[in-house]
Amino acid sequence: MSFLVGEAMVGGYGAADILNGCTVGVDQGEVAVIVGPNGAGKSTAMKALLGLLRLRKGRVLLNGTDISRLSPQERVKHGLAFVPQTQNVFPSMTVEENLKIGAHLRRDGIEETMEQVYGLFPILREKQHQAAGELSGGQRQQVAVGRALMTRPQVLLLDEPTAGVSPIVMDELFDRILEVKQAGIAVLMVEQNARQALEIADRGYVLVTGENRFTDTGAALLADPEVRRTFLGG
Amino acid sequence: MELLNALVLFANFVFIPALSYGAQLALGAVGVTLIFGILRFANFAHGELMAFGGMVTIYVTWWFQSLGLSIDPLPTALLALPLGMVATILFSLGVERGVFRFYRQRKAKPVILVIASVGVMFVMNGLVRLLIGTDEIVFSDGNKFLIKAREFKQMTGLGEALVIKQNQVLTVLLALVAVLALFWFLQKTRMGQAMRAFSDNEDLALLSGINPERVVMTAWAIASVLATLAAVLYGLDKSYKPLVYFHLLLPIFAAAIVGGIGEPIGAILGGFVVAFSEVMATYAYKKFLGYLVPEAWAPEGLVQFLSTEYKFAVSFIILVVVLLIRPTGLLRGRVL
Repeated sequence: MSFLVGEAMVGGYGAADILNGCTVGVDQGEVAVIVGPNGAGKSTAMKALLGLLRLRKGRVLLNGTDISRLSPQERVKHGLAFVPQTQNVFPSMTVEENLKIGAHLRRDGIEETMEQVYGLFPILREKQHQAAGELSGGQRQQVAVGRALMTRPQVLLLDEPTAGVSPIVMDELFDRILEVKQAGIAVLMVEQNARQALEIADRGYVLVTGENRFTDTGAALLADPEVRRTFLGG
Repeated sequence: MELLNALVLFANFVFIPALSYGAQLALGAVGVTLIFGILRFANFAHGELMAFGGMVTIYVTWWFQSLGLSIDPLPTALLALPLGMVATILFSLGVERGVFRFYRQRKAKPVILVIASVGVMFVMNGLVRLLIGTDEIVFSDGNKFLIKAREFKQMTGLGEALVIKQNQVLTVLLALVAVLALFWFLQKTRMGQAMRAFSDNEDLALLSGINPERVVMTAWAIASVLATLAAVLYGLDKSYKPLVYFHLLLPIFAAAIVGGIGEPIGAILGGFVVAFSEVMATYAYKKFLGYLVPEAWAPEGLVQFLSTEYKFAVSFIILVVVLLIRPTGLLRGRVL
């Protein structure tokens, strides 16, 4: 049983289901990656874990407790942090203010976490008084991940963190994500850059039409000739 | 000497009145812009919120006067103001609970909230007139002038006088205090930062654990405080008449939009832009020019661009021009 798991999830936005019984999960100190073709329900699966989507069947367990009925805000309080793919910063607020808002629910001192975030993303310390909307795409993603880490989450959910950033920035971001994992946080991400993402994944899920097609370690999926031929372009 | 006379004349009839009028509009516009920033709709009932706050303050002022309470030389209304503000906060929170929350929870489109606010406007409009009547009410007591015409002329030996009313100075000072307090709140406090975050990116604010109900209630409370302050300052400066605040809605909206809706600093800027344009466009420059040009060139007409009855046309023109040329406003707020 994983630390966070969505079991046999069925659901969608309208009448038609997007998720057709897929199961995804992640353990603490682990990176899990969901890949798959467009429309496979990757982001939808992640949103279901967060509670942005109501499931018709299946359930979401956090550390063995059923959280299926909790609102997204309540799940955040229970240790889930989510970085949306777009609009994931407060553009008119400074980097520092973005991070502070991330810690809004906390009543203890946030200085230490702030230092950890600045240690992880040194560029943010330099830009701390700049508006987040003025930063480059890669820097904005760092603010977004930093904001999520300020809640001191147990699980970090990332929806395509490398969408629209250059390959160099992508490698850099993946390195940082590995550091986050080493801090004992469970990291689950949805990725378009499947090959690179699977390279850092302890666990990989290949979803097709809302169902699990392949589930294995990242390395094993990369080595599987069928996965390579069908999903990784050879 | 002629130049000085012209300047004093201008200061007396344009600069000082426009400054205090601008401060009153700015306070109203900040409230409109704040509600827009948080609730994403243009609140047409804001003028009536002002009328309501003014009404309560007047009743409390009369009550205090009957008790013999006074803070002479300052107007008694300032003493009554806090109670007026509290009553207005309670009223607007009641309206939020009874009307707007229903639509918010259904995630209704902004236009539906706008129309709901028009309904609230009509109801409040009737309520206020029912409670206090439609007549003009002068409720300013205390000292009237800080500088009187005759004193000024004796002091300076000029032919023109600069008259400064105490309520004009009070308006500018209190507006300044209110605005500084607001910016301190928005920049430095947890709740203020939460409000800015909510206005910037509502979904992400929710994911950061910000409580939307508290943000919305705080926005209404601040808008109510500012509306009451604006209404009382306007009423002290001129007089109180319920319908006037309905008319003020246009210049206030113009101010909020000129400045960039959702931007409090822009709303303040916009308040002064609208006030100065309005006063300058309706002032008759005959005497002013008489001081500046040789006698032979002195104008015969009033040299007034617009008669004062048409002063609202100025706001309307500003509004249309801004929406055509720079819909985001001076400070790049949101597009309506």
